[in-house]
Amino acid sequence: MIWANAVVQGIFLGAFYAVLACGLSIMFGVMRIINLAHGDIAVLGAYVTFVIADKTGMSAFYAFALAVPVMLVLGYVLQLAVLERSLKSGILTPLLATFGLSIVIQNLLLLTFSPDVRSLGGGAGAVTTASWHVTGDISVSALGVLVLAVAVLVFGALQVFLSRTRAGWMMRATAEDADAAELVGINSRRVYALATSLAVAIAALGGLFLAIRSVFDPLSGPTQLIFAFEAVVIGGMGSLWGTLLGGLALGVAQTVGAQIHPQFAVMAGHLLFLAVLILRYGTGRLGLRFAR
Amino acid sequence: MTLLDVDQLDCRYGLLQAVRGVSFKVDQGETVALIGANGAGKTTLLRSLAGAHRPHGGRVLFDGADVTNKPAHRRVSLGIALVPEGRRLFPSLTVEENLRVAAVAGRRGRWNVQSVMEVFPLLEPRRRFPAATLSGGESQAVAIGRALMSNPRLLLLDEVSLGLAPVVVDAVYRSLANIIKEGTTVLLVEQDLTRALEVAGRVICMLEGRIVLEGTSSSLDREQVIDAYFGLHKSAAAPGAST
Repeated sequence: MIWANAVVQGIFLGAFYAVLACGLSIMFGVMRIINLAHGDIAVLGAYVTFVIADKTGMSAFYAFALAVPVMLVLGYVLQLAVLERSLKSGILTPLLATFGLSIVIQNLLLLTFSPDVRSLGGGAGAVTTASWHVTGDISVSALGVLVLAVAVLVFGALQVFLSRTRAGWMMRATAEDADAAELVGINSRRVYALATSLAVAIAALGGLFLAIRSVFDPLSGPTQLIFAFEAVVIGGMGSLWGTLLGGLALGVAQTVGAQIHPQFAVMAGHLLFLAVLILRYGTGRLGLRFAR
Repeated sequence: MTLLDVDQLDCRYGLLQAVRGVSFKVDQGETVALIGANGAGKTTLLRSLAGAHRPHGGRVLFDGADVTNKPAHRRVSLGIALVPEGRRLFPSLTVEENLRVAAVAGRRGRWNVQSVMEVFPLLEPRRRFPAATLSGGESQAVAIGRALMSNPRLLLLDEVSLGLAPVVVDAVYRSLANIIKEGTTVLLVEQDLTRALEVAGRVICMLEGRIVLEGTSSSLDREQVIDAYFGLHKSAAAPGAST
C-alpha cells in the first residue's frame, strides 16, 4: 500500500508538473519556440499574484484571477516585442532570446523583491491543509485533488478550443503551416501572440500552484523549467495530451523514486526523462524534427 | 476595368533575382495564364502578388489601391487568394475545417462550404476526414475550395495540375471552367501549354524573370509560344528583354 500511495501522490505532483509544462508545450507546438524563460515566467506569475494578494488582502485564488489578465497582456507584448523578432532569424535566436529573458526576469525579481523566500500557502485558505484519509496508507490532500482537477480542466479546455472553435483551427493551421495560413487570410502574428498569451497565463497558474504547495524565490524558475521540459519531452514534443501524461509520469517517477530512497526522487524523474529520450529520439529523429 | 496592375516588380532571394522588372495588367473578369520554364519566376511572381513574398522593388496595385506592402492576410480580405504550389493544406484539420478556417477574412459572396462541395462533389464523402488522408486530386480540390472560401475577386492558381493523373487534371479544369464562368478573375501558372491556351484568354510567357511574350490566346501560335518558352530567338520574340 505504501507503493500505491506513492503512485497516488505522484499523480497529484504530476498534475502540477503538467500545468507547468502546458505553456511550454503550446509555445513549442505552435511556434517551435523552446521558451527557456518559462519557469521564470511562472515564478513572475507567482509574484504578481503575491503582490495583488498582499496589497488587497484577498485570498491567493482571487488574487490570481486578477493576475490572469496582467499575464495575458504580458504574453501578448512579449510575443510582439521580443519573440516575433527573434523568430525571424532562425531557430537558435529564440532560444538565446528566452535565455536572456530568463536572466532579466530573475534579476528584476531579485531587485524588486530581494532573495527572501515567500509562499502563498497561508493566503490560500483551508485547501492547503485539508485532506481525506482514504484507506490505511493512502491519504489524499485537497490541494492535490484541486491541482489535478484544474490540470484536467485546463487541458480539456485547450482540447475543446483547438478542435471545436475557429480560433483553435486557426491556431492549428498556423502551427502546421504559417505561410499557408497567411494565404488563407489568417493573421499569423496575432495567432502567435495569442498562443504566447495563453502560454504565459497558464505558466502563471503553474506559478500559483508552486507558491501554494511550497515556497518560491526569484531564482526558483530554472528548476521549474527543468521539470516542465521533462514533462513535455516524456509526453512527446508538441502533443498536448502527451504533455499531461508526461507530467503525470514524471510525478509518479519522482514519488516512487522517493519511496525507494528520499534522495532518489528527482533523480528517478531524470532517469525516466533520459530513458524516454533515448528510446524515442535515440535514432536521431530529434535532429530531423529540429531541422524542419 | 483594370483589377490588377503590376508595375516594374522586382523579386529577390538574397542575391538571386527571380523576377526582373515585370509589368502587366489584368482586367476584371479576365483569365490569364502565366507560362514559362522552371525557374522563370512564375511562382515567385504569384507569391509576391499574394503577399507571401516581399518584393524588392516595384508596385502592385489591386483595384487601384497600392497593396505592395500589405501582408498576405490583408490581401485576402481585399479579395486576392492564392492556391499555392504543392497545395499546402493543413494536414491535421479535416476537409471542412480546412475550408471553414479560410473564411476568416469574412468576405461575403457566393462561396461557402456547401457551394464548394457542389463544385467539387468528390469532397462531400471526405468532409470529416483529415486533409492528410486525401488523394492528390482531392487535396487539390480542397486547396482550390479553400482559396474560394474567401470569395476572391482575383484567384491566383499555381500549377494546379502538378502531380495529378490526367483524368484528375481534366476534372479539376472542368470545375475551374465553372468558377471562371462565375466571373472570378483568374491568373494561373500552368506548365501544360495546350491547357493554358485552352483555358486562358490571354497568355504571358516568362523567361529568366522577364516577360518575353504576351498576347491573346487566339493571336499567338504554338510555335511562337514554344520559342519564347525556351528562349529560342529571344531577341526576335521580345527585343526589349534581351540582355
